[in-house]
Amino acid sequence: MSTITTEQVEARVVDALASFGPDKSQIARSSTFEELDIDSLDLVELAQIVEDEYGVVLKGEDMKGLQTVGDAIDLIAGRAS
Amino acid sequence: MTGASKGIGAAIARALAADGWPVGVNYRSDRDGAERVVQAISDDGGRAVALEADVVDPGAPDELFGRLEEKFGSSVLVLVNNAGINRDDLTPSLGDEEWSAVIDTDLTAAFRLTRRALKTMLRARAGRIVNISSVVGLRANPGQANYAAAKAGLLALTKTVAVEVARRGITVNAVAPGWIDTGMTAEVSQELLAAVPARRAGTPEEVAACVRFLVSEEASYVTGAVLTVDGGLAA
Repeated sequence: MSTITTEQVEARVVDALASFGPDKSQIARSSTFEELDIDSLDLVELAQIVEDEYGVVLKGEDMKGLQTVGDAIDLIAGRAS
Repeated sequence: MTGASKGIGAAIARALAADGWPVGVNYRSDRDGAERVVQAISDDGGRAVALEADVVDPGAPDELFGRLEEKFGSSVLVLVNNAGINRDDLTPSLGDEEWSAVIDTDLTAAFRLTRRALKTMLRARAGRIVNISSVVGLRANPGQANYAAAKAGLLALTKTVAVEVARRGITVNAVAPGWIDTGMTAEVSQELLAAVPARRAGTPEEVAACVRFLVSEEASYVTGAVLTVDGGLAA
């Protein structure tokens, strides 16, 4: 399996989050999930997308403490590498 | 539609097919029964496929959903958890095996299928899950501690999941049949029947009608509910 870069994870996470409602242009690393109106169920869905894509298993509990888009990207990229 | 080869499950499968749903008729061992249900649905102009799987198998949900998606070319947006067994005995002599078999089939399998179904339903922002519980989850019936615990567990599962996913347009409800005239309850005594205010057993079709409603568009604001179909037994 090839190496997954943080940029690739970022692009995938932004796409996934945009599919939950917020406009893509609003989504930055510093955006909080609260600002984007992304709820706990959205994060569980994001975890499923990440699992299907990268084989990284993230539990709802892992996602619970995440505040910003950057937090999620770093967690996923960290686990994927 | 799990456990759909006979009785209540077969009636539900036929009712949903009559509403235009393509139906997966799951069975574990009664292939002939499942084939008869599929044939009856086809004769009425509906679409159905018989799907063999033991719902206790942890791999069953993925297998069943995969085969359904392949057969009908669309996502599964309705799940009816009906597969169930009973192994009755009074608690002092109720064995571990009887306990586990009933909990595994009647409760754990429903949880696993629900978890799999939600994957698809959450993305679709739509879905209907109906769990077939039992009046004994609400009202004691001696000799059924295992079955009652599983069926009451199913009610708690129903309510919890309903609340978790309500904001995604997915509803999760339970139907709690009382004494229904099927193979499973053939030897219900006259004494028990006398406890039913309606003074008769219900029919599988009377249970199916409730499921048909809960699955329909009209029931879009009904979630976390338990609909008893018991001639007044639990009232």
